[in-house]
Amino acid sequence: MSGARVFAMIAVAALCTFATRVAPFLLFNGKKPIPPIVRYLGEALPPAVIALLVVYCVKSVNWLAAPHGAPELLCIAVTALLHAWKRNNLLSIGAGTALYMFLVQAVFV
Amino acid sequence: MKKALRPAFQVTIPVLCGYLFIGFAFGVMLRDAGYLPVWAFFSSLTIYAGSGQYLLVSLLASGASLVTVAVMTLLLNCRHIFYGLSFLETFHQMGHRKWYMIFSLTDETYSLLCSLKTPEGVDPNAMRFLIAILDQSYWIAGSVIGGVIGGVLPIDSTGIDFAMTALFTVIFVEQWKSAKCHIPALLGLGAAAVSLFLLGPDKFILPAMLAICVMLVALRGRLSKEVAE
Repeated sequence: MSGARVFAMIAVAALCTFATRVAPFLLFNGKKPIPPIVRYLGEALPPAVIALLVVYCVKSVNWLAAPHGAPELLCIAVTALLHAWKRNNLLSIGAGTALYMFLVQAVFV
Repeated sequence: MKKALRPAFQVTIPVLCGYLFIGFAFGVMLRDAGYLPVWAFFSSLTIYAGSGQYLLVSLLASGASLVTVAVMTLLLNCRHIFYGLSFLETFHQMGHRKWYMIFSLTDETYSLLCSLKTPEGVDPNAMRFLIAILDQSYWIAGSVIGGVIGGVLPIDSTGIDFAMTALFTVIFVEQWKSAKCHIPALLGLGAAAVSLFLLGPDKFILPAMLAICVMLVALRGRLSKEVAE
């Protein structure tokens, strides 16, 4: 494949990615007041979207075959509980990740 | 700006771990497909979307048409349309930096900005901007390193990308603790799980996002007071 062709494909991917990110800012460009329903969605969406992103991270887990997502669920639970208890981001994320690496490298291999 | 660098770096450390490794994997994939590291750099600089760039590798390998690239990229990144809704006013007051903030609004940067707590005496806009720049620099660094050195790493890093799952989990807990009303969080969890179960890993995101929006709008009368800041 020619360099120009690769360049064109990356450029199209870049433009389309930016298009999805810029769309709401073009629709609600600050000149007119933001409709109350959009403002409400902007405030109500983040907790729902973060929950969606957690699920997104485990989307490729095979729940039907051993270990049935045990390392993922266990480490998410440990991260969440540790965070609810100590509320230290790096501690919760570091411990959860270290435990996960240990489990997938040494226990559930 | 200088004062904001330290707190911005601290909150981005989990993204540093995640992006270096996910970016690395992208660089390796692109290299294995026969492309020079400069293409990894160029992709990460201009596209800057994890799953979008993974998709690009397979599109490049299959020699897909530009229309296919456009349609697939739009479909894959549709969820980003909803991210901006939470930052309409915040970004508008950031001057020219607004355009970079919009361009760089990935899942990870979005989640960090949603949970931003600015320390005393630090300009929140400077901190937002630095978080966005740091995150992208980790992504570029990871993908270029992957493209240059290929698939060999001195340590077994299997599972380190869990840092991203842990980051979202931590932000979920933070929001749970600070929210008066847990219905949006539970709706998100429920809609995502049901959609994943029904539609499978490749198609569940957008239906889940739409279901969440519809349910949030339907519950607006009940929720609007409780979610307002």
